[in-house]
Amino acid sequence: MSKYYLNYLDELESEAIYILREVWAQFENPVILFSGGKDSILVTHLAKKAFYPNKIPFPLLHVDTGHNFPETIEFRNNLIEDLKLQLIVGSVQEAIDKGRVAEEKGKNATRNSLQITTLLDAIEDHKIDCAIGGGRRDEEKARAKERFFSHRDDFGQWDPKNQRAELWNLLNGKHFEGEHFRAFPISNWTEMDVWNYIKRENIAIPSLYFAHEREVVFRNKSWIPNSKYLKLEEEEEVVLKKIRFRTLGDITITGGIESEADTLEKIAIEVSGMRKTERGDRSDDKRSESAMEDRKKQGYF
Amino acid sequence: MEINNNQLLRFTTAGSVDDGKSTLIGRLLYDSKSIFEDQLQSVSDTSAKKGHDNLDLALFTDGLRDEREQGITIDVAYRYFTTPKRKFIIADTPGHIQYTRNMVTGASTANAAVILIDARHGVIEQTKRHSFIASLLNIPHLIVCINKMDLVDFAEERFNQIITEFESFSSKLLIKDVRYIPISALLGDNVVNRSSNLDWYQGGTLLNILETLHISSDINKIDARFPVQTVLRPQNGKHLDFRGYAGRIASGIYRVGDEVAVLPSGFTSKIKTIVKGEEEIMEAYAPMSIAITLENDIDIGRGDMIVKKNNQPETEQEFDVMLCWLSNEPAKPRAKYTIMQATNEQRAMIKEVIYKIDIDSYNRNMEDKTLNMNDIARIKIRATHRLMLDSYRDNRNTGSIILIDENTNETVAAGMIV
Repeated sequence: MSKYYLNYLDELESEAIYILREVWAQFENPVILFSGGKDSILVTHLAKKAFYPNKIPFPLLHVDTGHNFPETIEFRNNLIEDLKLQLIVGSVQEAIDKGRVAEEKGKNATRNSLQITTLLDAIEDHKIDCAIGGGRRDEEKARAKERFFSHRDDFGQWDPKNQRAELWNLLNGKHFEGEHFRAFPISNWTEMDVWNYIKRENIAIPSLYFAHEREVVFRNKSWIPNSKYLKLEEEEEVVLKKIRFRTLGDITITGGIESEADTLEKIAIEVSGMRKTERGDRSDDKRSESAMEDRKKQGYF
Repeated sequence: MEINNNQLLRFTTAGSVDDGKSTLIGRLLYDSKSIFEDQLQSVSDTSAKKGHDNLDLALFTDGLRDEREQGITIDVAYRYFTTPKRKFIIADTPGHIQYTRNMVTGASTANAAVILIDARHGVIEQTKRHSFIASLLNIPHLIVCINKMDLVDFAEERFNQIITEFESFSSKLLIKDVRYIPISALLGDNVVNRSSNLDWYQGGTLLNILETLHISSDINKIDARFPVQTVLRPQNGKHLDFRGYAGRIASGIYRVGDEVAVLPSGFTSKIKTIVKGEEEIMEAYAPMSIAITLENDIDIGRGDMIVKKNNQPETEQEFDVMLCWLSNEPAKPRAKYTIMQATNEQRAMIKEVIYKIDIDSYNRNMEDKTLNMNDIARIKIRATHRLMLDSYRDNRNTGSIILIDENTNETVAAGMIV
């Protein structure tokens, strides 16, 4: 076999870098949507490679629900400082205080869907014409139909039945005033690819991904971390468990799994034997068959 | 799973609801153990709700709400699975004639196409259409799965008969590598696991063929083409003199010291360094994303192309393409479009529709000059300036174009340079 071929991780890396450079070339004011989760950390790492020796030419935009893991915020702040990047924060708390959105009520209330308004406000306020996200097509069936360059109308909405055709490597980012794009450079990566790459490149990620002892409550078939935002039901009990998180979102809805994996090697082995999708522990996706599709149409990540 | 040198194979599956395409994909995912418990649970719940006795494998590829309700695929959906030998990306596309545009989209990046034939019906118009698109898009490998063998008593004669039928028209097409496999997606025969029902068949299973297709020679390694995406000019002290031309190698191999020409200006220079990520490397090849620095200061920007001095593409202002019209809105005579080719962007107009092709019969229609959605036609394009081009047969990356409507910003056509 000829030595001139790329292995799958190198090919995925090269594709992502190509997409990031197209964003830079085709848009005026792009940002990276940064949640502090592994996918947005990966996108930031790839952006560093894409523009070296320049610094990353995009600010990070964090849509802050106010219900954060403290570890995530600390990680975010360190990363910003290391890479000398600008941080834009869109605050859900502020939107609630201003009456732009109303808090959900009840036991399973989350601020997840409230992020949509905050995100779209931030996009408008900062005249952002492209928001780069860490969405992957293997995550969810609505995301399986997402383009690399995904058009949003001037209400920020996604029309899945009327998407632009995307062929070869030709990405059409043309848009009118007020419209914007979402760009997904790691569309073709699976959860396993992400972990294998993080391991290969030894990319720093928040400690929450590694097994650690934490106070948790068993709810909706997973371990929800105890926090000041959590309202305990009568029959619920706070226990100490060794857990880790497969995805990071709102502290109120992100369930952990029991695990002993405390190194990247062990995580990669654990993930390769996983029999549940990573979003299986996210209660925001358990609401209905089309929960993600509905949120995405309105402008969700 | 260990990090290794496994390759990535992209393939497209085309077919309609009836020929078992969704079942085949579900079977591939299920038997290769790529289905997670919560997906399995949701599918078995739905299967039970619909009154199926067995797991309805087709439900694994369920998409958007409208698609679930109508039981059809509207758009290209991408699926992923990995085996110890390779990573796979499936572009799952609908097969009806009104979705030609989606088949073309899915085929544009594929290394291989899987075509399904119902063993009871043999070659039908849809088979010809899919094969034509695979050939038009220059997909190097075609795997013809003759499905539902269980419904024809697993008969070898029927299998051979269908191969003969297929070859009678496929000889008119340009496909380098065609394989035939008898399968039953429903029962799982020859998809991932071998079948005793089909013991007369000596070849590999579908997965086995997908895992072993030789794909590293599918990329053009001869003609070095480097379309510049953007220029990297750091303003910080350490790299003050750095001027890197960033891009993804479309084809060929570049080495430090190579004599290169920059098009369209024609200035020549030598490669000083090649930067990949934060490392300097001596040699780079397609499809790597890199940055190149040159010995001389030349004015280079997005849309320019760095090539080898002794191997240059055509530079043309007027050229023929095989075009697939993607938009609801028909082409307007002599209307202006934006053409995108490699990293180049210009205004262009369709000068002439030379002929249209009936993709079921492969006949040319010289009379009809309209371009409607899903039409495939040979046209003549004129751009405002010269473009650096290769023929699509030689180079998929520098031989492909899209047209964008300046009024709507929509991508209205995709074309392959003849």
